Amino acid sequence: MSLLRIEKISKSFGGLMAVSNVSFNVEKGSLIGLIGPNGAGKTTLFNVLTGVYAPSNGKVWLHKDVDILLSDKKPHQIAQIGVARTFQNIRLFKELTVLDNIKIAMNQQVEYGLIGSLSHLGVFHEAEHTIHQKALQILAMVSLDKLAQEKAKNLPYGKQRQLEIARALATGSKLLFLDEPAAGMNPQETQELTSFIASIRKKMDLTIVLIEHDMSLVMKICEKIFVLDYGKLIASGTPTQIKNDPRVIEAYLGEEE
Amino acid sequence: MTQFLQQTINGLSIGSIYALIALGYTMVYGIIKLINFAHGEIFMFGAYMGMLGITMLGLPFYAAFVLSMVLTAILGVVIERVAYKPLRNSSRIAALITAIGVSFLIQNLMLRIMGARIYAFPQVINNQVFVFFGLRVNLIQMIIFVVSILLMIGLQLLVKKTKLGRAMRAVSVDKDAAALMGINVNNIITMTFAIGSALAAAAGIMVGLYYIRVFPFMGFTPGLKAFVAAVFGGIGIIPGAMIGGFSIGLIETYVAGYGSTLYKDAVVFAILIIILLVKPSGLLGKNEKEKV
Repeated sequence: MSLLRIEKISKSFGGLMAVSNVSFNVEKGSLIGLIGPNGAGKTTLFNVLTGVYAPSNGKVWLHKDVDILLSDKKPHQIAQIGVARTFQNIRLFKELTVLDNIKIAMNQQVEYGLIGSLSHLGVFHEAEHTIHQKALQILAMVSLDKLAQEKAKNLPYGKQRQLEIARALATGSKLLFLDEPAAGMNPQETQELTSFIASIRKKMDLTIVLIEHDMSLVMKICEKIFVLDYGKLIASGTPTQIKNDPRVIEAYLGEEE
Repeated sequence: MTQFLQQTINGLSIGSIYALIALGYTMVYGIIKLINFAHGEIFMFGAYMGMLGITMLGLPFYAAFVLSMVLTAILGVVIERVAYKPLRNSSRIAALITAIGVSFLIQNLMLRIMGARIYAFPQVINNQVFVFFGLRVNLIQMIIFVVSILLMIGLQLLVKKTKLGRAMRAVSVDKDAAALMGINVNNIITMTFAIGSALAAAAGIMVGLYYIRVFPFMGFTPGLKAFVAAVFGGIGIIPGAMIGGFSIGLIETYVAGYGSTLYKDAVVFAILIIILLVKPSGLLGKNEKEKV
């Protein structure tokens, strides 16, 4: 059973078809790569999947005990259902501490209301304590626990990327969309990131879809790759199939004269 | 020296009122980047509600106080939903002008309903005067100061320690990212308006109690001064509003005490001009330089 079903999604901005008639399924537990030249509509597709844009056409379904129609939900509802993402240009809560960034993502798991917290201080403290411990555990996974009280903006670039992934994990989501996680990283950092993604995926039983331009990363860890060009899905398959697909080569390098 | 300390006491008491109102300005600005010019009218509404709670419903003071905070919070939320929410994605100047419109609307509605007469706030508290070392402090001044400080501590705890506070801080940094982390941004904005309005109501009742007068235009001057206080401390920064409120209160009383009461308003607005020229981001604000 597919975890995510994307059915004939289109998104247009005025006359521009940014995504046109894209359909594919994401199997539970898989690691999918979404590639394509700049402006192919990859990030737009992510934005549709996470509710930032409503699709002009088509539907997105998430299978979680029952089928849930994602494409008519708002971003915060989609996040609460269990879909999280990171951003191409890092969007951490820069002015807040590393720890608070994680805690904010865990907010939905905290069980106390405003009135309840006033009348039952015990419940409040217990809930806050649990969340604090959990947040530190998540930070430890990305070895950021030592920097918990640091402001997010003061972290080095690579650490900010990891914090963003950790924040997405902290929402408790089992489906992650990573938008160019290796952008701006040097080969060494990309290497670390690659093994990090592979390890959290096993450890936490995640399904991951990632957009990436760094082919070494994509080819190494993705089991299946979808290729977008001018908003259309032009190819899909295993890394080996994609590497040798003439349409993909054409999209990237241009047609042979 | 005695006179200086006496003025300081008076300044702290009026300053805590400015601080409470300034918090509403700064919280709303922090979260949706709107100067809510109707905030002075929210303060006025709070004073009326407190008064009516005592005179019409016969409630004891503390009950009227709480009731007024609740009703005023509801008014704040209604204003946000009706007037500001539809403009969330339009230009900031449109929202600003709407805020000024809402301010006139509430003023004139109050004028229509309650009339232009100046009501005397019921004197439910026996305003004893205490004398310490030659300094006169009356009970209402102490109540104003203590209640304000308690509310501010409560707000600080709420913002720093609770999940609502975390969500508010997240929304103020990046609304879209907050939504994608599962935070219902509209609810958080609503809560911000509710809390800011409730604090203004508290200020309104205490001003009514202190100056005894309640009338439809009573929100205008304190509203503007609290706005100056919020800018002075750094708009959008909660501790800044508190510092700004106390500073404006003290400066105003010193000017009135040593100079002339005629100049006190002029000095406050001169401060606004100077701040905007010298450090537009306010005392606690940082001048962010764009990285190139």
